[in-house]
This record gives sequence, C-alpha cells and structure tokens, in this order.
Amino acid sequence: MKKSNDTSEIDAVAHPDVTAVPTLSCHNASDVDRSNNSFSQPPRSSSWEVMACPDCDMLNRLPKESKAILLCVRCGALLHRYRPNSIDRSLALALAAFILFTISNSFPFLTMKKSGIFQETTLLTGVQELWKQGLYELSLIVLLTCVLAPLIQMLGIFYVLIPLKWTGRPAPCAIRIFRLVQEIAPWGMMEIFLIGILVALVKLGHMATIVPGVSAFSFGALIFVMIAAFSNLDPSLLWERLDLRR
Amino acid sequence: MNPRTATARQLGLMSCHDCRLLIETRNPQAPGRCPRCGAHLHSRKPNSLTRVWALILAAIILYIPANILPITITSTLGVKQKDTILSGVIFFFQTGSWEIAAVIFIASVFVPFAKLMILIYLSLSVQFRSTWRPKDRTALYRLTESVGRWSMVDIYVLTILVALVKLGAIATIEAGPAAIYFASVVVITMFAAESFDPRLIWDVIEEDYDGQPSG
Repeated sequence: MKKSNDTSEIDAVAHPDVTAVPTLSCHNASDVDRSNNSFSQPPRSSSWEVMACPDCDMLNRLPKESKAILLCVRCGALLHRYRPNSIDRSLALALAAFILFTISNSFPFLTMKKSGIFQETTLLTGVQELWKQGLYELSLIVLLTCVLAPLIQMLGIFYVLIPLKWTGRPAPCAIRIFRLVQEIAPWGMMEIFLIGILVALVKLGHMATIVPGVSAFSFGALIFVMIAAFSNLDPSLLWERLDLRR
Repeated sequence: MNPRTATARQLGLMSCHDCRLLIETRNPQAPGRCPRCGAHLHSRKPNSLTRVWALILAAIILYIPANILPITITSTLGVKQKDTILSGVIFFFQTGSWEIAAVIFIASVFVPFAKLMILIYLSLSVQFRSTWRPKDRTALYRLTESVGRWSMVDIYVLTILVALVKLGAIATIEAGPAAIYFASVVVITMFAAESFDPRLIWDVIEEDYDGQPSG
C-alpha cells in the first residue's frame, strides 16, 4: 500500500483543480481498448486527470478525452466511457423520448374485449384505479416510478442541456436540477413496466382477447430511446461545463 | 500491493458523491459541501452499515406477509379466488406458460431473496473484516444494485390487471394486502443497496496492510 513518505505529495494537490497533479503517484487506469496502444506512451501531465473510484476509493489516473472504456485498476468499476457529441445526442434523444412519452400517456396501451365489453387502460387509469381501491401508497409508487421520475429526468435534461448548447452558459440552478436528475435515475422504471405489460398480456390471454394499443408500441420504443438518451449523457463533461467557479 | 497506489482517503482527499470532484479535505470530521455541486461531502457514506442493517431487518419482516398474504383477489362470476405470489407462479407453471412462471418467480421471489442474502453477506463480511476476494464482492454489490429494481414487475402487472379487469359480475381483479408489503420490500432493499458503501470492503484490506486505521 501507500508509503508514508508519499504524504509530502499532498501539498502538490492544488485544490480544487485536481487535474494538475502530475506528481501524485497513482496507478494507471487499465485501458480496455487494446487496439489503442496510447497507454504505453509516457503520460503528459496536462492530458491526464485523477479520479477516485466510486466503488473502492482507489485513485486512478485517466487519460483525458480517451476514446476507450476505462475501468478502475483495482475493482473494475466503470470510470469513463467515450461519449462523442454527448450534448447534441442526448438532447435529440431526450426530445424523441418526450414525444413518445406524451403518446404513451395519451392512448390506451391495452384493450380487453370480452363478450361485447371493451375495457381500455392507459398508464394513468391504472394509477387511478389503485387509488380508488384505497391502495394509496402503491398508486403513488407506480405514479412516481413510471410517470413522474421519467418526466423529471427528461425535463431536467432539457433544462440543463438547452442553455448549455445555445448560450454555452448554465441555466440558473442547473446544478441542483442535474443532481436531481442523477438521483432520481434509479427510480425511473419504465422498462420494467414494459415487462409488466407483456406478463399481463399472457396472463389475461386465456381469459379474454387482449389488444395492445398504440401506447404499448410507443412505450416499447420509448424505453430504447430513453436508455440511449441517458447513456449518451456524459456527467463528467456536464459537471465541468456547469462549474460556476470557472 | 503496489506502493505506487493510494486511495483518496489515504491522501486526505474526498470524492464528491454526486459530481465526483476530488477535494482536499482540511477537516475530515466536518467536510461541508462540495464547492462545485453543493452536495454534502463525506469520505464514506454516513453510518453505512447501521443503515443497511436497519433496512435489511425491515425488509425481512415485510418479506413474510408479502409472500403469505394474497396479492390478487380474482372474482369470476361470484367466485372469489385469492392468489399469493407463489401460487401465481405455480398456476402458470401448471397451465403450461412456464416462461411467465419463470419471469415472475425470478423477479418476485428469487431476486428479492437473493438481494437480501447478498446484502447480509456483504455487511457481515465488512463487519468481520474479511479480506477474501474484495474484487468479486464489489462486483456482487454492483450486481445487487442494478438488478433489484426488476422486482417491481409484479407490482406493474398488478396495476395493469386491476385497471383492465373490471367487468362487473363477469370478472374483477383486486389488489390483495400483500401488494403493499411486496412493494415496500422492493423499495426498502433498493434503499439498503444504496446505503451500502462498497469502499468499506476495501478499507479493511488497506487498514490490515498499513497495520493501523487510515484517515
């Protein structure tokens, strides 16, 4: 592990710009992209940045603007992934997701036909029905995970990215909004809802005729677009752009 | 271990939990807020193990009614049928749609149970200062964190069934009392996984190597 005489090097850490820590004796990050052999070249201090692994706290020195996938040298956590044109792509995909989201919530996703009776359901009628039956907590959980969380995520992306794209400066409170977007991410569960639709389709198949509606298909597309929008988002780039201390 | 490696804590640095900015901490006891994003700074998630144990305990208690009580109450032509999660799985298995049975079994029974077991194991391993395969344990943690949310499938199926099947006397499906317990288990285990700090796994190894607690 670390030798005690290394502590003298802490003085070299020019807070808060940690990117200027050439003397910090950190282990190199493993470079997954083996075709890119830039790793064997001697590091130039300006093009490297130091990052603590979120999973094991190990300091990793990462090449800046690398096109490789960079993993933590000790525990293998994903530290950096190449996301070209991140702001444009995630904005475009978030816009597409927003349109699909509006469609998904406006039309019924399943229609049940049984002896001349039609029963349609939209995402929100499901929430309403649970509320009517007195299952308030359950109704709120479904509302939050399938409607509100994705909506907040998309609107948050617009709010943070649009000013950055057109004026180059962050919108007021953009930092707080982006933190909210990141924190709410695990609670958006639309892709799980889609599996729920499929299971319900099979479950009711023997009871009645079930017709998937427009919304079911737009929901299916929405999930892919939404995931693509978020995997194109580059948090480290955005935090740099949102930094008000510059 | 390689002497040219160090963790952020060993060098008196902290990584912001929200924006990953590395910050030099002058006062590790009260580090304050991140200068870039304003999040509360902490070297490790505060009271990680205490929180995880409390949430695990709550989840175990709620797991019992979630599996014993009925999750759906189906009334067909006046006949009421109560189904628990497991009886639903068995029904699908017997009627031939074993794929659906497998989806529901994995999402609703296996994943919550495995998640609880893994969290208990990880917390115990940190508590007893295990140095056994830290990399694999970290990978195990990442797995539980990402897979836990899929247990919500049953809740969504229920939401759809309740909204769709209300044909008066012919057929109605109502949500049973297990639904809220089950949803609580999923939500609580998600919080538990979020409260666990995988860096604790590695702290033990560093402290053992240095012979004294660091930072």
